[in-house]
Amino acid sequence: MSKKFWEELPQGSVVLEAGSSAKFKTGSWRSMRPRWIEENCIQCMFCWMYCPDMSVKVTEEGKRADFDFEYCKGCGICALECPGKKGNKAIVMEGEGN
Amino acid sequence: MGKIVAVTGNEACALALRQINPDVCAAYPITPATDLMQRFSGYVNDGKVDTELILVESEHSAMSACIGAAAAGGRVATATSSQGLALMWEMLYIAAGTRLPIVMPLVNRALSAPLNIHGDHSDGMGARDTGWIQLYSENAQEAYDNTIMAFRIAEHLDVRLPIMVCMDGFIVSHSIERVEYVDDADVKNFVGKFEAVHPLLDLENPKSYGPLILTDLYHEYKRAQHEVMTKVPAVIETVSAEFAKMTGREYNLFEKYRLEDAEIAIVVMSSAAGTTKDIIDQYREKGVKIGLLKPRMFRPFPFTEIAEALKHVKAIAVLDRADSFGGMGPLYSEIAACVMQMDSKPAVTNKIFGLGGRDYLPDQAEYVIDELIEIAKSGKVKTVKEYIGVRE
Amino acid sequence: MTTKPLRLKELAKGEDRFAHGHRMCAGCGAPIVVKQVLMATDYPIIASNATGCLEVSSCIQQFTAWKIPWIHSAFENAAATISGVETMYRSLVKQGKIEEQNVKFVSFAGDGGTYDIGFQSLSGAMERGHDMMYICYDNGAYMNTGIQRSSATPFGANTTTCPAGDAIPGKLQHRKDLTRIMAAHGIPYVAQASPANWMDLMKKVQKAFEIKGPKFLNVIAPCNRGWRTKTDDAITLAKIAFETCYWPLFEIENGVTKITSKPKEKKPLVDFLKPQGRFKHMFAPENEWMLVQAQEYVDAQWERLLKDEAAG
Repeated sequence: MSKKFWEELPQGSVVLEAGSSAKFKTGSWRSMRPRWIEENCIQCMFCWMYCPDMSVKVTEEGKRADFDFEYCKGCGICALECPGKKGNKAIVMEGEGN
Repeated sequence: MGKIVAVTGNEACALALRQINPDVCAAYPITPATDLMQRFSGYVNDGKVDTELILVESEHSAMSACIGAAAAGGRVATATSSQGLALMWEMLYIAAGTRLPIVMPLVNRALSAPLNIHGDHSDGMGARDTGWIQLYSENAQEAYDNTIMAFRIAEHLDVRLPIMVCMDGFIVSHSIERVEYVDDADVKNFVGKFEAVHPLLDLENPKSYGPLILTDLYHEYKRAQHEVMTKVPAVIETVSAEFAKMTGREYNLFEKYRLEDAEIAIVVMSSAAGTTKDIIDQYREKGVKIGLLKPRMFRPFPFTEIAEALKHVKAIAVLDRADSFGGMGPLYSEIAACVMQMDSKPAVTNKIFGLGGRDYLPDQAEYVIDELIEIAKSGKVKTVKEYIGVRE
Repeated sequence: MTTKPLRLKELAKGEDRFAHGHRMCAGCGAPIVVKQVLMATDYPIIASNATGCLEVSSCIQQFTAWKIPWIHSAFENAAATISGVETMYRSLVKQGKIEEQNVKFVSFAGDGGTYDIGFQSLSGAMERGHDMMYICYDNGAYMNTGIQRSSATPFGANTTTCPAGDAIPGKLQHRKDLTRIMAAHGIPYVAQASPANWMDLMKKVQKAFEIKGPKFLNVIAPCNRGWRTKTDDAITLAKIAFETCYWPLFEIENGVTKITSKPKEKKPLVDFLKPQGRFKHMFAPENEWMLVQAQEYVDAQWERLLKDEAAG
């Protein structure tokens, strides 16, 4: 993180770069890690819709891809809301570092 | 030469706002400022200005709406007094810290309790640390002129700070005086077009206003804010000189009256300066070398310049129309800081006068001057802080 | 502008207007609300934000999660602040200084900034008729300062300022019925929504954006820290809130009440209370009266809503 001198600060503390929070990686907060099991995924996109951290990647065709572990905080909402296929979840939570 | 009229301070300021035609005004009525925005509302509803009015439900919302409007990227004004300013207090800091050039006539009035609607400087002095520029006006003419200049000062690209144009409640706001107006076209030309800096309405470049800044940068932001204040006096001088060229009316950071050869001096702001000048004239006729210094710019305070202007006097009485209970009057504290910069250390007394609209009468000025004469002789100050014009 | 179709696969192709890298707690309900609101439309949006969890976590130093113009000034004034922005927009458009671009103005605030300290500012802005939508993310307490009671805190809840003590077992007052209070302002659109029912929420947002004038949307936003639950159950709890009629989904359009979605079967309130640590003490035998009272209140509110709907 840059430590700015007072002469370099933006006037009135206005943040000029929209969406710059992307530079702040929250993935390190995780203690649990979601694992995507593609064969059980019905592409319902609920995980994407309910993710508080915009950490479910989507392909250009609008299909679910893997998690964005740079930002995923491991809350587990995706796993809990995942309907899975025939009773088999497409997302399971595992201990980080396992 | 502009039109000469007999108007109140509020009326003159309302007319200045009409001539300036701000994009947005948000206001809430409070005595004695009510009449100002009331008159301006008349201009809005008669289609004399393009301004959109936001008639909010409190002064807190007035300043909040002004902050939103100014950040959006346009010219913004409001007006208030006393409790209204007190209710805005939180937002005053935010307007300044966010560097938004909001212009606000402040019709100075006492603060409760007890409730009082008349003029003193308690409101303005309470806001001295908010980061706003403060100009104090002696009469309706100055209030009008300062209002016009305020937009240029606040919006100057080296400044971008909010500004209060202060005038004494009722004494100036409601008294009819001779005022010389500037022609509409000249005001428009003088104030110029508003230049937006980081406007929120720029959809192509979305900005975030009002981040959380913690220990690692807050101190730096405040240092930067201090730096901006140091640039204000030069801007005020430049704008005032330009104004003088247009109107013939000269303004500086402070006014000196018969001060050049003075041995004793009174420092007082706003309308009381007028009365004081009269009494000074009387004493001058008797051969007393007395002068006056009337700060116009209270924030930022021109320490060095005032120290220079007062360095030759032996004794100074600072008249405060506000008190800091248990401390010294706020103007006194500033003047004492000026004296600290001088090699000669004149004696300084502090008189608290005129609270809650108590008349400042000639005998009070005489009392102060008589005492100053004694202090100049003896070099001794009996009472540093004293209430004058009080029944005891 | 035609209303954006709410198909998940289409929506997922769009760009988020609220970025990752924000610092809300893991599993927080509020960012889900924000992303759904912003996703519901392609109109340009300018937002104000009251001081609170969302605000302090979404814009820190040079890091902002907002990809739309955004302003935070203080706690109690999100409505007044956006009213200033909206008015400046109208003024500049009217004067021909900028182009009309169909900008939508939104305020986000928590229940503290809405029900309590910001209520006057909100009420004023609604009465003045600004073209804006005020969105309250209601997590039922002052979560940002550490779970203190608000007037949105439900009856019985244990908070840090109304702890479940030996003498006083938590909050003994019912919630302020803010949604109805907002409806009483006579504004054209008031609704209650939930991020769990994303389609319902986004439809309401879309509808509101097509209405000129002031709109108010109250959205439940589970907070696992304050509710004393797990990090993964924000959506599940929001669903149960709906199923128990603790948080009914309805709208009041020009005074006409419509329940937009009814649970197939109204579940007992304990289903909502039981998983939350903040209600744990209510399940002690001596506090059974609290469960009864909490249920009675929800029932009465639900009955009243049904009556309002029937009245048309």
